[in-house]
Amino acid sequence: MQTDTQIFRRARGPKSPRGTEESPFVKWILISVALAFVVLFLLLPLINVFWQAFDRGLKVYYESLADPDTLSAIKLTLLIAGITVPLNLVFGLAAAWAIAKFNFKGKPVLITLIDLPFAISPVVAGLMFVVLFGRQGFFGEWLDAREIRIIFAVPGMVLATVFITFPFVARELIPVMQATGTEQEQAALTLGAGGWQTFWYVTLPSVRWGLLYGVILCNARAMGEFGAVSVVSGHITGQTDTMPLRVEKLYQSASAASMTAAFSVASLLAFLALLTLIIKTFLEWRTQREYEAAQRAQPEPTLIAPSLQPTSHR
Amino acid sequence: MASRKFNTLPGFGLTMGFTLFYLSAIVLIPIGGLIVKVLGMSWSELWRLATTERAIAAYKLTFGASFLAALTNAVFGTILAWVLARYQFPGRRFFDALVDIPFALPTAVAGLTLANLFSQSGWVGQFLVPVGIKGAYSQLGVVIALIFVGLPFVVRTLQPVLESMEREVEEVAATLGAGRFRTFFTIIAPTLLPTIITGFALAFARAVGEYGSVIFISSNIPRQTEIAPLVIITLLEQYEYSAAMALALVLLVISFALLITINLLERWASRYQH
Repeated sequence: MQTDTQIFRRARGPKSPRGTEESPFVKWILISVALAFVVLFLLLPLINVFWQAFDRGLKVYYESLADPDTLSAIKLTLLIAGITVPLNLVFGLAAAWAIAKFNFKGKPVLITLIDLPFAISPVVAGLMFVVLFGRQGFFGEWLDAREIRIIFAVPGMVLATVFITFPFVARELIPVMQATGTEQEQAALTLGAGGWQTFWYVTLPSVRWGLLYGVILCNARAMGEFGAVSVVSGHITGQTDTMPLRVEKLYQSASAASMTAAFSVASLLAFLALLTLIIKTFLEWRTQREYEAAQRAQPEPTLIAPSLQPTSHR
Repeated sequence: MASRKFNTLPGFGLTMGFTLFYLSAIVLIPIGGLIVKVLGMSWSELWRLATTERAIAAYKLTFGASFLAALTNAVFGTILAWVLARYQFPGRRFFDALVDIPFALPTAVAGLTLANLFSQSGWVGQFLVPVGIKGAYSQLGVVIALIFVGLPFVVRTLQPVLESMEREVEEVAATLGAGRFRTFFTIIAPTLLPTIITGFALAFARAVGEYGSVIFISSNIPRQTEIAPLVIITLLEQYEYSAAMALALVLLVISFALLITINLLERWASRYQH
Protein backbone atom coordinates (compact mmCIF):
# COMPACT_ATOMS: atom_id res chain seq x y z
CA MET A 1 0.00 0.00 0.00
CA GLN A 2 1.27 3.42 -0.87
CA THR A 3 1.00 6.22 1.59
CA ASP A 4 -0.38 9.56 0.55
CA THR A 5 3.00 11.26 0.63
CA GLN A 6 4.46 8.62 -1.73
CA ILE A 7 1.68 9.16 -4.21
CA PHE A 8 2.11 12.90 -3.87
CA ARG A 9 5.84 12.58 -4.56
CA ARG A 10 5.32 10.52 -7.69
CA ALA A 11 2.74 12.96 -8.95
CA ARG A 12 5.20 15.78 -8.56
CA GLY A 13 7.47 14.03 -11.01
CA PRO A 14 11.24 14.05 -11.22
CA LYS A 15 13.30 16.47 -9.19
CA SER A 16 14.97 18.39 -12.03
CA PRO A 17 13.33 21.68 -12.98
CA ARG A 18 11.97 20.82 -16.43
CA GLY A 19 12.35 17.10 -16.14
CA THR A 20 14.65 17.11 -19.12
CA GLU A 21 17.80 18.11 -17.30
CA GLU A 22 20.16 16.23 -15.09
CA SER A 23 20.63 17.24 -11.47
CA PRO A 24 23.40 19.84 -11.00
CA PHE A 25 25.54 17.16 -9.36
CA VAL A 26 25.41 14.80 -12.36
CA LYS A 27 25.92 17.73 -14.70
CA TRP A 28 29.00 18.85 -12.79
CA ILE A 29 30.49 15.34 -12.85
CA LEU A 30 29.91 14.95 -16.60
CA ILE A 31 31.49 18.33 -17.37
CA SER A 32 34.50 17.50 -15.18
CA VAL A 33 35.05 14.10 -16.79
CA ALA A 34 34.73 15.50 -20.32
CA LEU A 35 37.03 18.45 -19.73
CA ALA A 36 39.63 16.34 -17.89
CA PHE A 37 39.73 14.04 -20.91
CA VAL A 38 40.19 16.97 -23.31
CA VAL A 39 42.89 18.54 -21.14
CA LEU A 40 44.84 15.27 -20.84
CA PHE A 41 44.64 14.15 -24.47
CA LEU A 42 44.36 17.42 -26.42
CA LEU A 43 45.31 20.54 -24.46
CA LEU A 44 48.40 19.29 -22.57
CA PRO A 45 49.99 17.75 -25.70
CA LEU A 46 49.44 21.03 -27.57
CA ILE A 47 50.90 23.24 -24.82
CA ASN A 48 53.78 20.78 -24.37
CA VAL A 49 54.89 21.30 -28.00
CA PHE A 50 55.47 25.02 -27.46
CA TRP A 51 56.81 24.57 -23.93
CA GLN A 52 59.49 22.10 -25.03
CA ALA A 53 60.37 24.19 -28.09
CA PHE A 54 60.99 27.37 -26.08
CA ASP A 55 62.35 25.63 -22.98
CA ARG A 56 65.98 26.57 -23.71
CA GLY A 57 65.19 30.11 -24.73
CA LEU A 58 64.49 32.01 -27.92
CA LYS A 59 68.10 31.91 -29.11
CA VAL A 60 68.27 28.12 -29.12
CA TYR A 61 64.83 28.05 -30.75
CA TYR A 62 65.96 30.35 -33.52
CA GLU A 63 69.25 28.51 -34.03
CA SER A 64 67.59 25.12 -34.34
CA LEU A 65 65.31 26.51 -37.02
CA ALA A 66 68.15 28.23 -38.85
CA ASP A 67 69.91 24.88 -39.34
CA PRO A 68 70.39 24.47 -43.14
CA ASP A 69 68.88 20.96 -43.18
CA THR A 70 65.84 22.22 -41.31
CA LEU A 71 65.52 25.20 -43.65
CA SER A 72 65.62 22.91 -46.67
CA ALA A 73 62.90 20.77 -45.03
CA ILE A 74 60.73 23.86 -44.58
CA LYS A 75 61.27 24.83 -48.23
CA LEU A 76 60.41 21.33 -49.45
CA THR A 77 57.23 21.27 -47.37
CA LEU A 78 56.17 24.62 -48.85
CA LEU A 79 57.02 23.40 -52.36
CA ILE A 80 55.02 20.19 -52.01
CA ALA A 81 52.00 22.00 -50.55
CA GLY A 82 52.38 24.66 -53.26
CA ILE A 83 52.01 22.04 -55.99
CA THR A 84 49.49 19.78 -54.24
CA VAL A 85 46.89 22.32 -53.16
CA PRO A 86 46.36 23.99 -56.60
CA LEU A 87 46.12 20.57 -58.28
CA ASN A 88 43.47 19.32 -55.87
CA LEU A 89 41.76 22.71 -56.00
CA VAL A 90 41.29 22.48 -59.78
CA PHE A 91 40.14 18.90 -59.40
CA GLY A 92 37.75 19.86 -56.59
CA LEU A 93 36.15 22.57 -58.73
CA ALA A 94 35.79 20.29 -61.75
CA ALA A 95 34.41 17.38 -59.74
CA ALA A 96 31.98 19.59 -57.80
CA TRP A 97 30.71 21.22 -61.03
CA ALA A 98 30.08 17.87 -62.70
CA ILE A 99 28.55 16.23 -59.62
CA ALA A 100 26.52 19.12 -58.22
CA LYS A 101 25.15 20.70 -61.39
CA PHE A 102 24.29 17.62 -63.46
CA ASN A 103 22.44 14.35 -63.02
CA PHE A 104 24.02 11.16 -64.23
CA LYS A 105 24.05 7.47 -63.42
CA GLY A 106 26.59 6.23 -60.93
CA LYS A 107 26.91 9.51 -59.02
CA PRO A 108 27.04 7.82 -55.57
CA VAL A 109 29.77 5.48 -56.86
CA LEU A 110 31.82 8.42 -58.09
CA ILE A 111 31.48 10.20 -54.73
CA THR A 112 32.57 7.05 -52.90
CA LEU A 113 35.59 6.71 -55.20
CA ILE A 114 36.58 10.31 -54.50
CA ASP A 115 36.45 9.58 -50.75
CA LEU A 116 38.57 6.44 -51.14
CA PRO A 117 41.94 7.99 -50.14
CA PHE A 118 40.50 8.80 -46.69
CA ALA A 119 39.95 5.10 -46.07
CA ILE A 120 43.41 3.90 -47.05
CA SER A 121 46.35 3.79 -44.65
CA PRO A 122 48.96 6.42 -45.66
CA VAL A 123 51.65 3.75 -45.60
CA VAL A 124 49.70 1.60 -48.05
CA ALA A 125 49.16 4.69 -50.22
CA GLY A 126 52.90 5.34 -50.32
CA LEU A 127 53.55 1.70 -51.17
CA MET A 128 51.22 1.97 -54.19
CA PHE A 129 53.51 4.56 -55.75
CA VAL A 130 56.56 2.41 -55.04
CA VAL A 131 54.78 -0.44 -56.85
CA LEU A 132 54.16 1.83 -59.85
CA PHE A 133 57.39 3.79 -60.09
CA GLY A 134 59.97 1.97 -57.93
CA ARG A 135 62.91 0.00 -59.33
CA GLN A 136 60.92 -3.23 -59.39
CA GLY A 137 57.67 -1.47 -60.24
CA PHE A 138 55.59 -1.34 -63.42
CA PHE A 139 57.36 1.67 -64.89
CA GLY A 140 60.65 1.12 -63.02
CA GLU A 141 62.77 -0.02 -65.96
CA TRP A 142 61.35 2.52 -68.35
CA LEU A 143 62.04 5.37 -65.91
CA ASP A 144 65.47 3.99 -65.02
CA ALA A 145 66.52 3.92 -68.68
CA ARG A 146 65.66 7.62 -68.96
CA GLU A 147 67.16 8.45 -65.59
CA ILE A 148 63.88 9.86 -64.32
CA ARG A 149 63.58 9.53 -60.57
CA ILE A 150 60.15 9.54 -58.99
CA ILE A 151 60.54 7.34 -55.93
CA PHE A 152 62.99 8.62 -53.28
CA ALA A 153 62.66 12.02 -54.97
CA VAL A 154 60.35 15.02 -54.91
CA PRO A 155 57.90 13.90 -57.68
CA GLY A 156 57.00 10.77 -55.70
CA MET A 157 56.48 12.81 -52.55
CA VAL A 158 54.19 15.20 -54.43
CA LEU A 159 52.18 12.27 -55.87
CA ALA A 160 51.80 10.67 -52.44
CA THR A 161 50.66 13.98 -50.93
CA VAL A 162 48.21 14.61 -53.79
CA PHE A 163 46.75 11.14 -53.16
CA ILE A 164 46.35 11.69 -49.40
CA THR A 165 44.74 15.14 -49.75
CA PHE A 166 42.73 14.23 -52.87
CA PRO A 167 39.16 14.44 -51.43
CA PHE A 168 39.43 17.58 -49.25
CA VAL A 169 38.39 20.37 -51.66
CA ALA A 170 35.93 18.25 -53.64
CA ARG A 171 33.99 16.96 -50.65
CA GLU A 172 33.64 20.49 -49.20
CA LEU A 173 32.54 21.98 -52.52
CA ILE A 174 30.04 19.34 -53.66
CA PRO A 175 27.42 20.04 -50.94
CA VAL A 176 27.91 23.81 -51.26
CA MET A 177 27.40 23.77 -55.04
CA GLN A 178 24.44 21.41 -54.70
CA ALA A 179 22.79 23.80 -52.27
CA THR A 180 23.20 26.86 -54.47
CA GLY A 181 21.40 25.06 -57.32
CA THR A 182 21.62 26.03 -60.99
CA GLU A 183 19.08 28.88 -61.28
CA GLN A 184 21.65 31.67 -60.98
CA GLU A 185 23.88 30.11 -63.63
CA GLN A 186 20.88 29.54 -65.92
CA ALA A 187 19.95 33.21 -65.52
CA ALA A 188 23.48 34.37 -66.34
CA LEU A 189 23.54 32.18 -69.47
CA THR A 190 20.14 33.42 -70.57
CA LEU A 191 21.38 36.98 -70.24
CA GLY A 192 24.19 36.13 -72.63
CA ALA A 193 27.15 35.30 -70.41
CA GLY A 194 29.61 32.69 -71.65
CA GLY A 195 30.35 29.47 -69.78
CA TRP A 196 33.62 30.65 -68.25
CA GLN A 197 32.15 34.05 -67.47
CA THR A 198 29.28 32.41 -65.63
CA PHE A 199 31.63 30.20 -63.69
CA TRP A 200 33.97 33.05 -62.82
CA TYR A 201 31.39 35.72 -61.86
CA VAL A 202 28.44 33.65 -60.63
CA THR A 203 29.53 30.24 -59.39
CA LEU A 204 32.90 31.00 -57.84
CA PRO A 205 31.74 33.92 -55.65
CA SER A 206 28.81 31.89 -54.34
CA VAL A 207 31.04 29.03 -53.17
CA ARG A 208 34.07 31.05 -52.05
CA TRP A 209 33.80 30.28 -48.32
CA GLY A 210 33.34 26.56 -48.85
CA LEU A 211 36.25 26.67 -51.27
CA LEU A 212 38.50 28.41 -48.75
CA TYR A 213 37.42 25.90 -46.09
CA GLY A 214 38.47 22.98 -48.29
CA VAL A 215 41.72 24.65 -49.28
CA ILE A 216 42.94 25.31 -45.72
CA LEU A 217 42.12 21.75 -44.65
CA CYS A 218 43.88 20.39 -47.75
CA ASN A 219 46.89 22.61 -47.08
CA ALA A 220 47.15 21.59 -43.40
CA ARG A 221 47.13 17.92 -44.33
CA ALA A 222 49.57 18.42 -47.22
CA MET A 223 52.11 20.12 -44.96
CA GLY A 224 51.66 17.65 -42.13
CA GLU A 225 51.49 14.37 -44.05
CA PHE A 226 53.92 11.81 -42.67
CA GLY A 227 53.24 8.15 -43.46
CA ALA A 228 52.78 8.24 -47.23
CA VAL A 229 55.61 10.70 -47.76
CA SER A 230 57.86 8.68 -45.47
CA VAL A 231 57.54 5.61 -47.72
CA VAL A 232 58.53 7.40 -50.94
CA SER A 233 60.99 9.94 -49.54
CA GLY A 234 64.21 7.97 -49.10
CA HIS A 235 65.03 10.27 -46.17
CA ILE A 236 67.98 12.05 -47.76
CA THR A 237 68.92 14.81 -45.31
CA GLY A 238 68.79 18.24 -46.89
CA GLN A 239 67.08 16.88 -50.01
CA THR A 240 63.98 14.75 -49.44
CA ASP A 241 63.12 15.58 -45.83
CA THR A 242 59.88 17.48 -45.25
CA MET A 243 59.19 19.16 -41.91
CA PRO A 244 57.43 16.13 -40.37
CA LEU A 245 60.23 13.84 -41.59
CA ARG A 246 62.79 16.26 -40.17
CA VAL A 247 60.99 16.08 -36.81
CA GLU A 248 61.34 12.30 -36.86
CA LYS A 249 65.03 12.41 -37.75
CA LEU A 250 65.83 14.90 -34.99
CA TYR A 251 63.78 12.85 -32.53
CA GLN A 252 65.64 9.67 -33.41
CA SER A 253 69.10 11.16 -32.87
CA ALA A 254 68.00 11.34 -29.22
CA SER A 255 70.40 13.99 -27.90
CA ALA A 256 68.93 16.71 -25.69
CA ALA A 257 69.80 19.42 -28.23
CA SER A 258 68.24 17.59 -31.18
CA MET A 259 65.15 16.90 -29.06
CA THR A 260 64.69 20.63 -28.58
CA ALA A 261 65.27 21.09 -32.31
CA ALA A 262 62.61 18.45 -33.04
CA PHE A 263 60.15 20.38 -30.89
CA SER A 264 61.13 23.64 -32.58
CA VAL A 265 60.22 22.28 -36.02
CA ALA A 266 57.12 20.68 -34.50
CA SER A 267 56.09 24.03 -33.03
CA LEU A 268 55.97 25.54 -36.53
CA LEU A 269 53.63 22.76 -37.62
CA ALA A 270 51.55 23.17 -34.45
CA PHE A 271 51.33 26.90 -35.15
CA LEU A 272 50.07 26.08 -38.64
CA ALA A 273 47.49 23.75 -37.09
CA LEU A 274 46.27 26.47 -34.73
CA LEU A 275 46.05 28.95 -37.59
CA THR A 276 44.04 26.41 -39.60
CA LEU A 277 41.65 25.91 -36.69
CA ILE A 278 41.20 29.65 -36.18
CA ILE A 279 40.37 30.23 -39.86
CA LYS A 280 38.08 27.19 -39.82
CA THR A 281 36.23 28.43 -36.73
CA PHE A 282 35.92 31.87 -38.29
CA LEU A 283 34.51 30.41 -41.53
CA GLU A 284 32.00 28.31 -39.60
CA TRP A 285 30.95 31.35 -37.56
CA ARG A 286 30.56 33.40 -40.76
CA THR A 287 28.55 30.70 -42.49
CA GLN A 288 26.33 30.39 -39.46
CA ARG A 289 25.61 34.13 -39.54
CA GLU A 290 24.90 34.08 -43.26
CA TYR A 291 22.66 31.08 -42.72
CA GLU A 292 20.71 32.81 -39.96
CA ALA A 293 20.41 36.01 -41.99
CA ALA A 294 19.16 33.99 -44.96
CA GLN A 295 16.62 32.22 -42.76
CA ARG A 296 15.34 35.53 -41.45
CA ALA A 297 15.03 36.89 -44.98
CA GLN A 298 13.15 33.91 -46.36
CA PRO A 299 12.17 30.78 -44.53
CA GLU A 300 13.82 28.44 -47.00
CA PRO A 301 16.10 26.06 -45.16
CA THR A 302 18.45 24.88 -47.88
CA LEU A 303 20.27 28.05 -48.86
CA ILE A 304 23.59 27.04 -47.33
CA ALA A 305 25.18 23.67 -47.76
CA PRO A 306 24.39 21.01 -45.19
CA SER A 307 28.08 20.49 -44.51
CA LEU A 308 28.49 24.10 -43.47
CA GLN A 309 25.31 24.48 -41.50
CA PRO A 310 25.91 25.47 -37.89
CA THR A 311 24.56 22.23 -36.45
CA SER A 312 26.83 20.05 -38.52
CA HIS A 313 30.36 19.41 -37.36
CA ARG A 314 33.08 17.35 -38.87
CA MET B 1 25.36 9.32 -69.74
CA ALA B 2 24.01 12.61 -68.48
CA SER B 3 20.30 13.23 -68.48
CA ARG B 4 20.32 16.93 -69.18
CA LYS B 5 16.73 17.44 -70.25
CA PHE B 6 16.21 20.44 -67.97
CA ASN B 7 19.78 21.57 -67.80
CA THR B 8 21.48 23.89 -70.24
CA LEU B 9 24.64 24.51 -68.22
CA PRO B 10 27.81 23.97 -70.19
CA GLY B 11 30.97 22.18 -69.19
CA PHE B 12 29.70 18.73 -68.24
CA GLY B 13 31.98 16.96 -70.70
CA LEU B 14 35.04 18.97 -69.74
CA THR B 15 34.65 18.75 -65.96
CA MET B 16 33.51 15.12 -65.97
CA GLY B 17 36.34 14.16 -68.31
CA PHE B 18 38.92 15.86 -66.14
CA THR B 19 37.43 14.39 -62.95
CA LEU B 20 37.59 10.85 -64.33
CA PHE B 21 41.09 11.35 -65.73
CA TYR B 22 42.48 12.80 -62.51
CA LEU B 23 40.68 10.22 -60.35
CA SER B 24 42.14 7.42 -62.45
CA ALA B 25 45.66 8.83 -62.52
CA ILE B 26 45.92 9.63 -58.81
CA VAL B 27 43.70 7.05 -57.12
CA LEU B 28 42.42 4.20 -59.28
CA ILE B 29 45.58 3.26 -61.19
CA PRO B 30 47.79 3.17 -58.05
CA ILE B 31 45.23 1.02 -56.18
CA GLY B 32 44.79 -1.19 -59.24
CA GLY B 33 48.56 -1.46 -59.65
CA LEU B 34 49.00 -2.79 -56.14
CA ILE B 35 46.15 -5.27 -56.52
CA VAL B 36 47.42 -6.54 -59.91
CA LYS B 37 50.93 -6.97 -58.52
CA VAL B 38 49.68 -8.87 -55.47
CA LEU B 39 47.43 -11.10 -57.55
CA GLY B 40 50.51 -12.04 -59.56
CA MET B 41 51.60 -14.03 -56.52
CA SER B 42 50.24 -17.49 -55.84
CA TRP B 43 47.64 -17.82 -53.07
CA SER B 44 49.90 -20.03 -50.96
CA GLU B 45 52.77 -17.58 -51.29
CA LEU B 46 50.48 -14.67 -50.44
CA TRP B 47 49.08 -16.51 -47.42
CA ARG B 48 52.56 -17.45 -46.19
CA LEU B 49 53.84 -13.85 -46.47
CA ALA B 50 50.76 -12.30 -44.90
CA THR B 51 50.68 -14.64 -41.90
CA THR B 52 54.25 -14.73 -40.63
CA GLU B 53 54.65 -14.74 -36.87
CA ARG B 54 55.78 -11.12 -36.95
CA ALA B 55 52.84 -10.06 -39.12
CA ILE B 56 50.30 -11.82 -36.88
CA ALA B 57 51.72 -10.12 -33.79
CA ALA B 58 51.50 -6.76 -35.59
CA TYR B 59 47.85 -7.35 -36.65
CA LYS B 60 46.96 -8.25 -33.06
CA LEU B 61 48.52 -5.06 -31.74
CA THR B 62 47.08 -2.88 -34.52
CA PHE B 63 43.53 -4.15 -34.20
CA GLY B 64 43.64 -4.64 -30.42
CA ALA B 65 44.97 -1.15 -29.74
CA SER B 66 42.61 0.38 -32.34
CA PHE B 67 39.67 -1.37 -30.70
CA LEU B 68 40.61 -0.20 -27.19
CA ALA B 69 41.23 3.35 -28.41
CA ALA B 70 37.94 3.49 -30.33
CA LEU B 71 36.09 2.09 -27.30
CA THR B 72 37.65 4.69 -24.99
CA ASN B 73 36.68 7.39 -27.47
CA ALA B 74 33.15 6.00 -27.76
CA VAL B 75 32.71 6.38 -23.98
CA PHE B 76 34.48 9.68 -23.32
CA GLY B 77 33.68 11.14 -26.74
CA THR B 78 29.97 10.58 -26.08
CA ILE B 79 30.20 12.32 -22.69
CA LEU B 80 32.15 15.15 -24.32
CA ALA B 81 29.67 15.55 -27.17
CA TRP B 82 26.80 15.52 -24.67
CA VAL B 83 28.43 18.16 -22.47
CA LEU B 84 29.28 20.39 -25.45
CA ALA B 85 25.82 20.09 -27.01
CA ARG B 86 23.67 20.44 -23.90
CA TYR B 87 25.39 22.41 -21.16
CA GLN B 88 26.50 26.00 -20.87
CA PHE B 89 29.75 26.55 -19.00
CA PRO B 90 32.67 28.97 -19.24
CA GLY B 91 35.08 28.04 -22.04
CA ARG B 92 32.61 25.84 -23.88
CA ARG B 93 33.45 27.32 -27.29
CA PHE B 94 37.17 26.99 -26.61
CA PHE B 95 36.88 23.31 -25.72
CA ASP B 96 34.61 22.78 -28.70
CA ALA B 97 37.27 24.20 -31.03
CA LEU B 98 39.97 22.11 -29.31
CA VAL B 99 38.22 18.91 -30.39
CA ASP B 100 39.42 19.53 -33.96
CA ILE B 101 43.10 19.58 -32.92
CA PRO B 102 43.73 15.96 -34.01
CA PHE B 103 42.38 16.81 -37.50
CA ALA B 104 44.70 19.79 -37.84
CA LEU B 105 47.84 18.79 -35.94
CA PRO B 106 50.26 16.69 -38.04
CA THR B 107 50.50 13.16 -36.68
CA ALA B 108 54.29 13.41 -36.28
CA VAL B 109 53.84 16.37 -33.94
CA ALA B 110 51.14 14.52 -32.00
CA GLY B 111 53.37 11.48 -31.57
CA LEU B 112 56.36 13.58 -30.54
CA THR B 113 54.54 15.52 -27.84
CA LEU B 114 52.54 12.54 -26.52
CA ALA B 115 55.73 10.48 -26.19
CA ASN B 116 57.35 13.34 -24.27
CA LEU B 117 54.27 13.90 -22.10
CA PHE B 118 53.96 10.26 -21.00
CA SER B 119 57.69 9.51 -20.65
CA GLN B 120 59.23 9.36 -17.21
CA SER B 121 60.31 13.00 -17.22
CA GLY B 122 57.13 14.30 -18.87
CA TRP B 123 54.33 16.31 -17.25
CA VAL B 124 52.00 13.32 -17.03
CA GLY B 125 54.54 10.48 -17.02
CA GLN B 126 56.28 11.69 -13.86
CA PHE B 127 53.12 10.80 -11.93
CA LEU B 128 52.15 7.69 -13.88
CA VAL B 129 55.49 5.89 -14.37
CA PRO B 130 56.24 5.56 -10.59
CA VAL B 131 52.90 3.80 -10.08
CA GLY B 132 53.66 1.39 -12.90
CA ILE B 133 51.73 3.00 -15.77
CA LYS B 134 54.11 3.22 -18.71
CA GLY B 135 52.41 5.44 -21.24
CA ALA B 136 55.37 5.84 -23.58
CA TYR B 137 57.40 3.19 -25.42
CA SER B 138 54.80 0.52 -24.63
CA GLN B 139 51.64 -1.07 -25.99
CA LEU B 140 49.67 1.38 -23.85
CA GLY B 141 51.47 4.17 -25.73
CA VAL B 142 50.05 2.86 -29.00
CA VAL B 143 46.55 3.05 -27.51
CA ILE B 144 47.18 6.61 -26.25
CA ALA B 145 48.28 7.82 -29.70
CA LEU B 146 45.24 6.17 -31.31
CA ILE B 147 42.88 7.76 -28.75
CA PHE B 148 44.30 11.13 -29.81
CA VAL B 149 43.76 10.62 -33.54
CA GLY B 150 40.29 9.09 -33.17
CA LEU B 151 38.56 11.38 -30.65
CA PRO B 152 37.08 13.99 -33.04
CA PHE B 153 35.44 11.30 -35.16
CA VAL B 154 33.15 10.26 -32.29
CA VAL B 155 32.47 13.79 -31.03
CA ARG B 156 31.81 15.34 -34.45
CA THR B 157 29.55 12.46 -35.50
CA LEU B 158 27.45 12.73 -32.34
CA GLN B 159 27.21 16.50 -31.89
CA PRO B 160 24.80 17.32 -34.76
CA VAL B 161 22.54 14.43 -33.76
CA LEU B 162 22.44 15.58 -30.13
CA GLU B 163 21.76 19.16 -31.15
CA SER B 164 18.88 18.24 -33.45
CA MET B 165 17.30 15.76 -31.04
CA GLU B 166 13.77 16.74 -30.09
CA ARG B 167 13.55 17.67 -26.43
CA GLU B 168 9.77 17.23 -26.54
CA VAL B 169 10.13 13.45 -26.41
CA GLU B 170 12.13 13.75 -23.22
CA GLU B 171 9.62 16.21 -21.80
CA VAL B 172 6.81 13.76 -22.54
CA ALA B 173 8.73 11.01 -20.77
CA ALA B 174 9.26 13.26 -17.78
CA THR B 175 5.60 14.30 -17.71
CA LEU B 176 4.60 10.65 -17.70
CA GLY B 177 6.69 10.21 -14.58
CA ALA B 178 9.95 8.80 -15.89
CA GLY B 179 13.06 9.78 -13.92
CA ARG B 180 16.03 11.25 -15.72
CA PHE B 181 17.92 7.95 -15.65
CA ARG B 182 14.97 6.04 -17.05
CA THR B 183 14.49 8.66 -19.79
CA PHE B 184 18.17 8.39 -20.64
CA PHE B 185 18.25 4.62 -20.94
CA THR B 186 14.87 4.10 -22.61
CA ILE B 187 14.63 7.20 -24.84
CA ILE B 188 18.01 8.87 -25.39
CA ALA B 189 20.44 5.94 -25.43
CA PRO B 190 18.56 3.86 -28.05
CA THR B 191 18.33 6.93 -30.33
CA LEU B 192 22.02 7.70 -29.99
CA LEU B 193 23.36 4.16 -30.17
CA PRO B 194 23.57 3.85 -33.98
CA THR B 195 25.44 7.16 -34.13
CA ILE B 196 27.81 6.15 -31.33
CA ILE B 197 28.56 2.91 -33.18
CA THR B 198 29.18 4.90 -36.39
CA GLY B 199 31.60 7.17 -34.53
CA PHE B 200 33.30 4.12 -33.03
CA ALA B 201 33.70 2.59 -36.50
CA LEU B 202 35.13 5.83 -37.94
CA ALA B 203 37.64 6.13 -35.08
CA PHE B 204 38.55 2.45 -35.44
CA ALA B 205 39.08 2.76 -39.20
CA ARG B 206 41.27 5.81 -38.73
CA ALA B 207 43.30 4.04 -36.02
CA VAL B 208 43.96 0.89 -38.06
CA GLY B 209 45.80 2.86 -40.76
CA GLU B 210 47.57 5.30 -38.43
CA TYR B 211 51.35 5.39 -38.63
CA GLY B 212 52.91 8.78 -37.80
CA SER B 213 51.86 9.34 -34.22
CA VAL B 214 52.32 5.71 -33.18
CA ILE B 215 55.92 5.24 -34.23
CA PHE B 216 57.00 8.15 -32.02
CA ILE B 217 55.36 6.90 -28.84
CA SER B 218 55.93 3.17 -29.38
CA SER B 219 59.27 1.45 -28.84
CA ASN B 220 58.67 -0.35 -32.16
CA ILE B 221 60.04 -3.72 -31.03
CA PRO B 222 59.03 -6.54 -33.43
CA ARG B 223 56.37 -8.89 -32.00
CA GLN B 224 55.79 -6.54 -29.03
CA THR B 225 55.10 -2.92 -29.92
CA GLU B 226 55.26 -2.98 -33.71
CA ILE B 227 52.12 -2.00 -35.65
CA ALA B 228 51.25 -3.44 -39.07
CA PRO B 229 52.02 -0.28 -41.13
CA LEU B 230 55.50 -0.19 -39.59
CA VAL B 231 56.10 -3.82 -40.60
CA ILE B 232 55.29 -2.80 -44.18
CA ILE B 233 57.83 0.03 -44.06
CA THR B 234 60.51 -2.18 -42.49
CA LEU B 235 59.97 -4.87 -45.13
CA LEU B 236 60.23 -2.23 -47.87
CA GLU B 237 63.53 -0.99 -46.47
CA GLN B 238 64.81 -4.58 -46.60
CA TYR B 239 63.66 -4.82 -50.25
CA GLU B 240 61.10 -7.50 -49.27
CA TYR B 241 58.58 -6.10 -51.76
CA SER B 242 56.33 -9.18 -51.98
CA ALA B 243 55.99 -9.47 -48.23
CA ALA B 244 55.29 -5.73 -47.88
CA MET B 245 52.60 -5.93 -50.56
CA ALA B 246 50.99 -8.98 -48.93
CA LEU B 247 50.55 -7.07 -45.65
CA ALA B 248 49.40 -3.97 -47.54
CA LEU B 249 46.70 -6.05 -49.24
CA VAL B 250 45.46 -7.26 -45.85
CA LEU B 251 45.18 -3.66 -44.62
CA LEU B 252 43.60 -2.56 -47.91
CA VAL B 253 40.92 -5.27 -47.79
CA ILE B 254 40.13 -4.39 -44.17
CA SER B 255 39.95 -0.67 -45.04
CA PHE B 256 37.43 -1.39 -47.80
CA ALA B 257 35.40 -3.65 -45.52
CA LEU B 258 35.32 -0.90 -42.88
CA LEU B 259 34.33 1.68 -45.51
CA ILE B 260 31.34 -0.44 -46.54
CA THR B 261 30.42 -1.10 -42.90
CA ILE B 262 30.52 2.63 -42.11
CA ASN B 263 28.30 3.43 -45.10
CA LEU B 264 25.76 0.88 -43.90
CA LEU B 265 25.99 2.19 -40.31
CA GLU B 266 25.40 5.77 -41.46
CA ARG B 267 22.31 4.66 -43.35
CA TRP B 268 21.09 2.85 -40.23
CA ALA B 269 21.83 5.84 -37.99
CA SER B 270 20.03 8.32 -40.27
CA ARG B 271 16.84 6.23 -40.00
CA TYR B 272 16.61 7.21 -36.34
CA GLN B 273 16.91 10.91 -36.93
CA HIS B 274 13.40 11.67 -38.13
